[in-house]
Amino acid sequence: MDAITQFDLATTGLREVNAALHKAGVTGSFVIDKPAGAHNVAVGVNAPVQVTVNGHVGYYAAGMNQLAEITINGNAGTGVGENMMSGVVRVTGNASQSAGATAHGGLLIIEGDAAARCGISMKGVDIVVGGSIGHMSAFMAQAGRLVVRGDAGEALGDSIYEARLYVRGAVSSLGADCIKKDMRPEHHAELAELLSAAGYSDDTAEYSRYGSARNLYHFHVDNAGSY
Amino acid sequence: MCGIVGLHLRTPELYPQLGELLSEMLGEMSDRGADSAGIAVYGDPVWSPPGRGCVSVTDLDTVPDLGPDVDVVTVDKSFLLSADLPSEQLLDRVRAAYPEALIAGFGADLAVLKGVGHPRTLTERWGLSTAQGWQGVGHTRMATESAVTPSGCHPYTVGPQQCLVHNGSFANHATIRRDLRREGVVFDSENDTEVGARFVAAQLAAGRDVETALKELCATFDGFYTLLVSNHDSFAVVRDAIACKPAVIAETADWVAMASEYRALSGLPGVESAKIWEPEPEVVYAWTR
Repeated sequence: MDAITQFDLATTGLREVNAALHKAGVTGSFVIDKPAGAHNVAVGVNAPVQVTVNGHVGYYAAGMNQLAEITINGNAGTGVGENMMSGVVRVTGNASQSAGATAHGGLLIIEGDAAARCGISMKGVDIVVGGSIGHMSAFMAQAGRLVVRGDAGEALGDSIYEARLYVRGAVSSLGADCIKKDMRPEHHAELAELLSAAGYSDDTAEYSRYGSARNLYHFHVDNAGSY
Repeated sequence: MCGIVGLHLRTPELYPQLGELLSEMLGEMSDRGADSAGIAVYGDPVWSPPGRGCVSVTDLDTVPDLGPDVDVVTVDKSFLLSADLPSEQLLDRVRAAYPEALIAGFGADLAVLKGVGHPRTLTERWGLSTAQGWQGVGHTRMATESAVTPSGCHPYTVGPQQCLVHNGSFANHATIRRDLRREGVVFDSENDTEVGARFVAAQLAAGRDVETALKELCATFDGFYTLLVSNHDSFAVVRDAIACKPAVIAETADWVAMASEYRALSGLPGVESAKIWEPEPEVVYAWTR
């Protein structure tokens, strides 16, 4: 078993911690204590390491992640897991706005609530939110899946492309060109798989699927008034 | 950008620590605005002696002399005046004697300090860490809408005991300022936030409560904002409908605190077990002691 490397952000600088995570050929497990809301904790990791952050983090935590499994035991600020490419990022508390923004791959799990613009412009990431999400979530979402075990705020999936959204609770309103769609067997199957990967075992029959009506998908002059 | 902090203490045992806690909160928000800063402290017995009318003055070249009945405490480049008079009467005397002075704030138990410079330097010069009281608000400014001067610093305290701090920018402030000027409201600056503060003050003066006043502000103002509005005994938070300007609220049995970012709250006693959340767009959150 690989050694566990321990960092205390109260006494060690963030650049030093991130540099250790960026070292070529890095392996093993890392524990980061006392982040005290610092920004950019464990960003840009590109190795199959385990990182545990004990405490609340600021902006862009675990951003651009590749391969690493990063757990934040606390809340996360704006843009947690933004532009992540692969790996798993888990937040045990709540996340602020723009969680998983533009992310291409991997799995982002937020056990609590995620605020506005969750999954904005997501490009292939899977996001599972244990609680509810705020307004304008999945705005211009291009690919990937977003699962919400609670409710969704206003304008869900506005101008969505091909991402698939699964919501168990109420949706305040749908954004432009986002519609409710049928849950076919393959959707129940992929939803069950996503829930299971995040550690949940909900009845998929309680969920609704939302996605693009594809009316605004390509520009058509007759739709000019809808933009 | 700009940073906001606010601390509303519930436990009197913490009153002696208000300044120390507020200094740390404001310092943490320096990265969000390093050109100037301002604070308001409610209840410091030296800066705003209890039972007296209080006026905070800045941007004045000489120590104001209003006669033997008016005490002056000099704090860096600001003067905190107090007298056995209602604050409004003391304010009238200050304005008559020193029309060029910038009135940073007025009202019983209130002291307001503003300055240009790095927030950590300013709080040190002010000796904020030794201040006491039950409530404090602060702002670190990265100017976007008007000049970097003390008059451009928040908080804006245009009504008795009222303070308003703002992160964001109002788009239609010039139109609303023109309307308010037409109604006789006098402005100290061309700053967008001052328009918000004077709008709220006019609403409160018309007898509306803070919640109604802030709902009215949401309906009238266009732009981006997270606002912290405090009064003698209360403090309230509201964000615009888009809510892109950050805000975090934390609450324990001992205090309620608000800041632009969590890291400003990370040093508060008992924050580990606090209830922490982000205010919803256009929802007014208010606390009264």
